[in-house]
Amino acid sequence: MSQTATAKARLPVDLTDEEIEAFGRDMDAIYYETLESRGERDRLYILRLIRTQRTLAFSGRMLMYASLFLLPAWDHALASWGAMIIVMALGVVMLGVAKILENMEIAHNVLHAQWDWMKDPDIQSNTWEWDNMSPSDRWMHSHNVVHHTWTNVVGKDLDVGYGIMRVTPMQEWHPKYLLQPVWFVLLALLFEEGVALHEQAIVDVVEGRKDRKELKPLLKRIGAKVWGQVRKDYLLWPAVGAVVAMPISLFVDFSPITIFFMIAGGNAVANIIRNLWAFMIIFCGHFPEGVYSFTEEQVDGESRGHWYIRQLLGSANIQGGPLFHVLSGNLSHQIEHHLFPDMCSNRYPEVAPRVRALAARYGLPYNTGSLWRQFGTTWRNNLRLALPGGKLPPAVATA
Amino acid sequence: MIPRDQESTRSGGGWLHWLSTLTDMMAYPLKTSHYVELVNPLWTTHKMQARVEAVWDETSHARTITLRPGANWRGHRPGQHVRIGVAVDGKHYTRTYTVSSAPERGDGCFTITVKAIDGGRLSHYLVRKLKVGDYVPVGLPQGDFYLPDASPTQPLFITAGSGITPAMSMLRSMLAQQRMANSVHIHYAPSPQETIFGQELREIDAAQKHYTLHEIHTAALAADDPARHFSLENLARLCPDWQSRDCYACGPADLLRAVEATWEEAGLAHRLHIERFRADLAEVPDDAVGGRVRFANSDLEVEADSATNLLRVAEDAGLNPPHGCRMGICHTCNTTLKSGCVRDLRTGEVLNEAGAIVQTCVCAAAGDCELDL
Ligand code: FES
Repeated sequence: MSQTATAKARLPVDLTDEEIEAFGRDMDAIYYETLESRGERDRLYILRLIRTQRTLAFSGRMLMYASLFLLPAWDHALASWGAMIIVMALGVVMLGVAKILENMEIAHNVLHAQWDWMKDPDIQSNTWEWDNMSPSDRWMHSHNVVHHTWTNVVGKDLDVGYGIMRVTPMQEWHPKYLLQPVWFVLLALLFEEGVALHEQAIVDVVEGRKDRKELKPLLKRIGAKVWGQVRKDYLLWPAVGAVVAMPISLFVDFSPITIFFMIAGGNAVANIIRNLWAFMIIFCGHFPEGVYSFTEEQVDGESRGHWYIRQLLGSANIQGGPLFHVLSGNLSHQIEHHLFPDMCSNRYPEVAPRVRALAARYGLPYNTGSLWRQFGTTWRNNLRLALPGGKLPPAVATA
Repeated sequence: MIPRDQESTRSGGGWLHWLSTLTDMMAYPLKTSHYVELVNPLWTTHKMQARVEAVWDETSHARTITLRPGANWRGHRPGQHVRIGVAVDGKHYTRTYTVSSAPERGDGCFTITVKAIDGGRLSHYLVRKLKVGDYVPVGLPQGDFYLPDASPTQPLFITAGSGITPAMSMLRSMLAQQRMANSVHIHYAPSPQETIFGQELREIDAAQKHYTLHEIHTAALAADDPARHFSLENLARLCPDWQSRDCYACGPADLLRAVEATWEEAGLAHRLHIERFRADLAEVPDDAVGGRVRFANSDLEVEADSATNLLRVAEDAGLNPPHGCRMGICHTCNTTLKSGCVRDLRTGEVLNEAGAIVQTCVCAAAGDCELDL
């Protein structure tokens, strides 16, 4: 097949056509073997995780309310700013962790159809709505279709730099990129909002390829979701806190309005905790040192084997313990996730050593490192690529 | 749905309704019910579940399971069935079982009686593995196989094996109301020990003068004994006035076919009521050939071979179904199988359970099938 021959020439690997196809078959074998072995223990994993996450979210919010009873104005033995802030902080962190679990290990993976095989009507990719400003189905399109099909293809994958950053020297430099360290920090803080607006259609309008009017229905859908989230975190939970505090304010001198802002602030912090964490993990997936990007010609007419190799070269893992992997939504196994996007995430840790061994057998790199190595080099690249030039990874990828 | 209406009239426009709207907003994008479930799965309103309260072995292969349904349940009519969901090996399955208890039972529970069939994954799980304290998803009672309320019918029950369950529910209900109709019951079972509810039927037979039971134990009869199978002669012998009765029949397909033929020949089809065991699985064709693909929502039917993916088939037929990667990664093309059989081109796995999710870009027809497109 001449088509594969030319495609091979374009991938930065030193493998023959046969080797690439054999690599693809070996990957397929890991994939189907794991799918075959799914069963009760996987179901229990996701059910328990969902229970834990919901309990955590509710307890966190309750703890935030409970902390109001420790305000110094209460004048009882335990009442002090110190105690109040500790309990409030605990509640905020629990809520933040609950949001991290929901967005990353639960929703992200459910929306990848990783749990559709259970046929549980409550855990289906087409009905799950996540605790995030982006509507699930919109996100599924920009993520599952665009990003996972066109991984790291410059000009196709919207996640390459999210349209505002230069993450590979293959993107041409432009003075606007001088500001990218600022965008980097802003995007980290407002990641959720950024994801909600992360749409090809919006980019098209901004760049003048599409008419503003065409955007209306889309913005309406996003708007409705954003409103639901804002209403919950910044209006209702704070308002209920304030209403509860109203009779209290008759006895102790504390304004319900202050209470409203305290709870709203706590929720904002919880959302930001989730934003920062998700940003850090996700940026470590495709932008650390040694990750490859591709051109459209490189992927034209690619075979299954080529596709696997592109996913392997275009992704990076983060090392850590079991709890770290769960909190990162197993995106610390970004390589495995990109090779097998619809395999249930609790299986990534067990296929990772096999994938790594297979990569080694074919002399291919397997990009993994500590969070500090991966995030550190991501930051460094970000600073370096704000200026013209930059270093491409080696022309031939080797282990 | 009826329970929803009932509930909203109960709390109709009142403070409870107002409160639950508010808490739903606070639980967004979930519902309050998702958090209530953490405390007690029976209080949920976003789905209905039942708790297994007791299990009781009827015979060596059949078990009666007592279930306590959650909020929003409505009582059944004797003879109706419910859908029960069970997870086996992590996968969720749904099957229909007839309620075997009478609605007059006062404790808010109902029972189903399940016989483990050979090769029946789900029935095996229900009979052998389900334990007290488990929760299972349940649907509302459905079906029109029940005795009319008003008219004093004289029923003739013809049942076999676990087909006894709807008749049992009817008999128990008539007993509880103390208005046992004049009824004749012909029941086929392998042996007295292997008769589900055997003891109870015999007791009713002894105590109720209006109820006559004829048990036919097939294992004790020679293979060529004409009494083994349903026939007009046997019927006329056991129940001479059969033509003036309303017949309620439930059992395996062979029996029902014979019964149906008899009643039709006598021109009495309108007096015959039949409950079939529902077939949830389509027949898997031996060698995967193509077949007719029906797109239910578009009211379109086309011929397809066994190698062309269904997404292509749909597109060639002029439809524009949702899709993304066309290579099995993104699941944008997922749809449900309404009936029939399709094959996953990657694994060769055959999907033949109605309600299964089909990735149209990597599945082809394996015989006739119907998709929700
Ligand atoms: S179109 Fe992507 S899985 Fe079918």
